[in-house]
Amino acid sequence: MSAQAQPNSFRTGPDERGHFGIFGGRFVAETLMPNILELEKAYAEARADPSFKAEMDGYMTHYIGRPSPLYFAERMTDHFGGAKIYFKREELNHTGAHKVNNVLGQILLARRMGKKRIIAETGAGQHGVATATLCARFGLECIVYMGAVDVERQKPNVFRMNMLGAKVVPVQSGTKTLKDAMNEALRDWVTNVADTFYCIGTVAGPHPYPAMVRDFQCVIGNETREQMMQAEGRLPDSLVACIGGGSNAIGLFHPFLDDRSVEIYGVEAAGHGLDKLHAASLTGGRPGVLHGNRTYLLMNQDGQIQDAHSISAGLDYPGIGPEHAWLHETGRVNYISATDDEALAAFQLCSRLEGILPALEPSHALAKVADLAPQKPKDHLMVVNISGRGDKDIPQIAEILGDNL
Amino acid sequence: MTKRIEARFEKCRAEGRAALVTYVMAGDPDPETSLEILKSLPKAGADIVEFGLPFTDPMADGPAIQAAGLRALKVGQDMVKTLDLIRRFRAEDADTPVILMGYFNPIYVYGVDRFLADAQQAGVDGLIVVDLPPEEDDELCLPALDAGLAFIRLATPTTDDHRLPAVLENTAGFVYYVSITGITGAATPDFGRVATAVERIKRHTPLPVVVGFGVKSGQHAAAVAQGADGVVVGSALIDAMRGTLDEQDRATSRTVESVTTLVKELSEGVRSVAKRAAA
Repeated sequence: MSAQAQPNSFRTGPDERGHFGIFGGRFVAETLMPNILELEKAYAEARADPSFKAEMDGYMTHYIGRPSPLYFAERMTDHFGGAKIYFKREELNHTGAHKVNNVLGQILLARRMGKKRIIAETGAGQHGVATATLCARFGLECIVYMGAVDVERQKPNVFRMNMLGAKVVPVQSGTKTLKDAMNEALRDWVTNVADTFYCIGTVAGPHPYPAMVRDFQCVIGNETREQMMQAEGRLPDSLVACIGGGSNAIGLFHPFLDDRSVEIYGVEAAGHGLDKLHAASLTGGRPGVLHGNRTYLLMNQDGQIQDAHSISAGLDYPGIGPEHAWLHETGRVNYISATDDEALAAFQLCSRLEGILPALEPSHALAKVADLAPQKPKDHLMVVNISGRGDKDIPQIAEILGDNL
Repeated sequence: MTKRIEARFEKCRAEGRAALVTYVMAGDPDPETSLEILKSLPKAGADIVEFGLPFTDPMADGPAIQAAGLRALKVGQDMVKTLDLIRRFRAEDADTPVILMGYFNPIYVYGVDRFLADAQQAGVDGLIVVDLPPEEDDELCLPALDAGLAFIRLATPTTDDHRLPAVLENTAGFVYYVSITGITGAATPDFGRVATAVERIKRHTPLPVVVGFGVKSGQHAAAVAQGADGVVVGSALIDAMRGTLDEQDRATSRTVESVTTLVKELSEGVRSVAKRAAA
């Protein structure tokens, strides 16, 4: 797998054409290209403008509630008897997940660009809720595309988006999940290209999205670094995060990529098992081109995209961000996977041991902590990104556990 | 072979009219019927045929073409079978240009070099790949030109004068002007503005400019034919065909005829507009 040469730094990508190794790029219809170039330019200008960062920092502190705590999970540490486990508490952010970090950045950018109509795709609904929230805050029109299957299994979030004044459009095409929501958002963007800003929820899509979303999420890793130095006087020894598109993971990982002593684990969703229906694009997929970028995809011999499956709507996507595809091939990050059942067990364990209901997405990361932590010595510092809270999953989990709410 | 494309536009110019370009999906509703439809198109008045490569996630297409692709995939259509249908079409028709139109992933997975060799051998003349803008020319456009296949680019209302030269640079065969910002089969364009846009593009290129997206009837075709060198119709043909399928999406005795009837109407529309020969 490590066919590519090891770079001097893992943090310099992408190149000017949006490539991480062979991955990434700008595979979109001509109609969208002028918009994508406009966005690239506007983001480069905003990045270089101290007032943009100052504005973001202000909302980060007072609206989102950052920094999120780095919390020592004492009982879970005792339970596994190995590594010292810390939780990065992204679930405590306003709107309940890491998604809001990125949305804040994109919405402030949309305002700078004078775009008044915001569209987004959503799987679990966390990105949709975050987008609806910031659109409400700034008085922008908000349309969220959501697969009809996901609308059904994430009802609380659909209700939240409606309350926030967003229009949720159930997508009936294809497999009616996240990938189809993304197709439909792209169709909307092609149609309403002049006044519309497409707020993508993960580190995928055409350049500059994978790099831009990563930059907005890097606050997770930057804070973790500082907080761990304060708590333990040194860097962590390992990082663990779940991966659908991979935005919470890259946000945690990226600031540590050049610290070679730090082991990094990305956990994909193995669904019913890797030999059955799953959503583990790196473990079970091959390189292909979808949704504006080249990356690992679940597909058949003819290049037709296959259905992904995960208990978690937020991980139920047949692709992955292109930077992860590159980090996989260079071997810098270890990509592993957790099944539906393992995630569900980890959800229950975390709830009882720590009094924290994690979302089903980070429950996949916690499931692998169960494997990794016991193998490590007691002075090994392990950080798990609790990327979202489990409230949205309560109806689904109750149903699986046979409880009538 | 770009020669067949050039010869066909030459012929239309000599006849003092615009070309009719028709799009149908390979394998929809089944391989044999789609071949029969393909063969019937030139006889009904189509000058150039576009054959759609089915893809699960056609992000620039409307409901009609999305559904057509899924029908084809459901009966097992794939790249090998599509190229085989073209080979069989070519055995009976040596002159009508065949353009493959679709998305990059099935081509990338098939292998670019293998695809170009097999497509050329099957008798394909040109390619339209929706998700390959000039920024990604290394992927397929340049290898296709080297292999002697035309890479036909889409120009859109958002392609301004500043960007147009980049879009036209490696384009061959003809330029496909997308008449609306939107997906296939959606809105009907403002034909006056389309004519202005075609004039603008023609100031930048000697290539023929054809116009598609939103053309549904002979009347529309005639309106577009005023200013353009060709008119593309796709979703309307697929809609007409779909209306004849049974509950299991299988072809019926009316399926092929439903397409040819509309193509005849479109052809009459195109032919009703006299243009100056060899302008």
